[in-house]
Amino acid sequence: MRRTCLNSVYKLAKEDDRVFFIGSDLGVGTLDIFKQEMPDRFFMEGISEQHVIGMSSGLAMEGNIPYVNTIAVFLTRRCFEQICLDLCLHNVNVRLIGNGGGLVYAPLGPTHFATDDIAILRTLPNMTILAPADAKEMERLMRLTLDYDGPIYIRLAKGGDKIVTPDDRKYKIGKSVEVRDGRDALIITTGIGLQIALEAADELAGKGLDAGVLHIHTVKPLDVESIRDKLAEVPVAVTVEEGVVTGGLGSAVAEIIAEAGFEQVKKFRRIGIPDVFCEHFGSQALLLESFGITSENVARTTLELAGGK
Amino acid sequence: MITKGKTSALDERSRELRKTIVHTLNEAGRGHLGPAFSIVEIVRTLYDDVMRYRPNDPAWSGRDRFILSKGHGCVALYTILADKGFIPREKLEGLCKFDGMLGGHPESDIPGVEASTGSLGHGLSIGIGMALNARHKKYDCRVFVLMGDGECNEGSVWEAALSASKHKLANLVAMVDYNKSQAYGFSSEVLDLEPFADKWKSFGFAVTEVDGHDMAQLRAAVDKTSNDKPTCVICHTVKGKGTLLTENNMAWHHKNKISEEELRQVLEGLGG
Repeated sequence: MRRTCLNSVYKLAKEDDRVFFIGSDLGVGTLDIFKQEMPDRFFMEGISEQHVIGMSSGLAMEGNIPYVNTIAVFLTRRCFEQICLDLCLHNVNVRLIGNGGGLVYAPLGPTHFATDDIAILRTLPNMTILAPADAKEMERLMRLTLDYDGPIYIRLAKGGDKIVTPDDRKYKIGKSVEVRDGRDALIITTGIGLQIALEAADELAGKGLDAGVLHIHTVKPLDVESIRDKLAEVPVAVTVEEGVVTGGLGSAVAEIIAEAGFEQVKKFRRIGIPDVFCEHFGSQALLLESFGITSENVARTTLELAGGK
Repeated sequence: MITKGKTSALDERSRELRKTIVHTLNEAGRGHLGPAFSIVEIVRTLYDDVMRYRPNDPAWSGRDRFILSKGHGCVALYTILADKGFIPREKLEGLCKFDGMLGGHPESDIPGVEASTGSLGHGLSIGIGMALNARHKKYDCRVFVLMGDGECNEGSVWEAALSASKHKLANLVAMVDYNKSQAYGFSSEVLDLEPFADKWKSFGFAVTEVDGHDMAQLRAAVDKTSNDKPTCVICHTVKGKGTLLTENNMAWHHKNKISEEELRQVLEGLGG
């Protein structure tokens, strides 16, 4: 997914001279081809993330479209004020590409987990948040980032994630994708929550429960209307995300349910990272499992809410 | 370099600009007077004698860019922008009013204001982005960023300084209003910056130190700058410069209410 994303930046830069690439201290050889072919639009600025955001803002104020890439947690948590003021307040066209969204850097510990990125950025006016589920979706969305107003955060998953997004839809930033229809329950996901949700839906189907899957590649601006319409059709809803439930997608959906005034009370659960720091290492899969962000738990939770066993 | 109370050194224009500032703040009922009085000659020199700009076309691509990174000195900038015709003079009267154009820190939707500032340590990085763009597009223009000395407590300023030097941004002029004091007290006590000029030199800047209330020195410092390095002009100033009541008086860093007697004294100090 990361390679696809950066290759997309290269392709966009080849066709549009407004595109710049700015890294902090990325791995050796990152986008060498960009550097060789367009050296005046390629910057590697060192481990100075706050400065990088300000500099990209200055470039964007002059009509350029900088794509900034570094580790997601440093980009979002450390630079929160720069993102808020330099980017969102000025509403400039800077694209932030965050490596290792969620628990990807599992062996490296809590300093490297971007678990609150979506939750904190969701509070910023003018911000757009993209969390694609696979490389194909990344490619589709990256193309759309060129002519789009305002700052965008693009969350990268681990990479090598199973391709599950349908290719027969019209993708639009801010528009959810109904990947699977279902009348008994709705599983709402973002990022690689989609793969987990689809497996859960398969499992549920085997148990006689018809669960739909609504994929939210754009957490902000949220496709409130579609989410509300889909929720109206089902008695049970579950959200799945590789991030904190306090403020993330689950919170956003809870807000919709709370304000929708549905005649029928929804049975609802958020599956994600609870309000704790992660105390383990290992692998992303093990950490996801420790928080119950698995297809088995999603299926079990959905079934329980639906009154099954 | 600067001693207290040299009000006689100010010419009529500098005194008039300060009168406008104090009237504007008095109307608003609050604001940063000391930081604004401190930078009058710096801002005046840039707008009177140095920068190229078009008040009727603030976004003209060939303009020199000015970022007031120490946004709390904004009333000095607003006064100059009104003086030059970027904004109607009567807008000054609406400072900090609910529907006013001008707030307690500059915002980029004000004609002539390049970037919204207020939180310190942002302007130099934004200016570097603009300077890189100017080089990329071969604009014959310069970018001026005015910071406070207290602002240089921020680590982001030094991240930016490293970058400006790396890119050899000869079209970038970083200026520091070195009035030696910040909100709590003297900068030497709060967080000492010395040896300040050596710091900027070691970060790769061509450094000039000037009397920040002397227009000739200021002009000379920004007229002749390095061809292959960013420039830093350390402007030795007096906070609240202009009257005996306000100079180096911490109570005037941010003033909540100016009494009639205080207003009278300030105006009298400025020559009535």
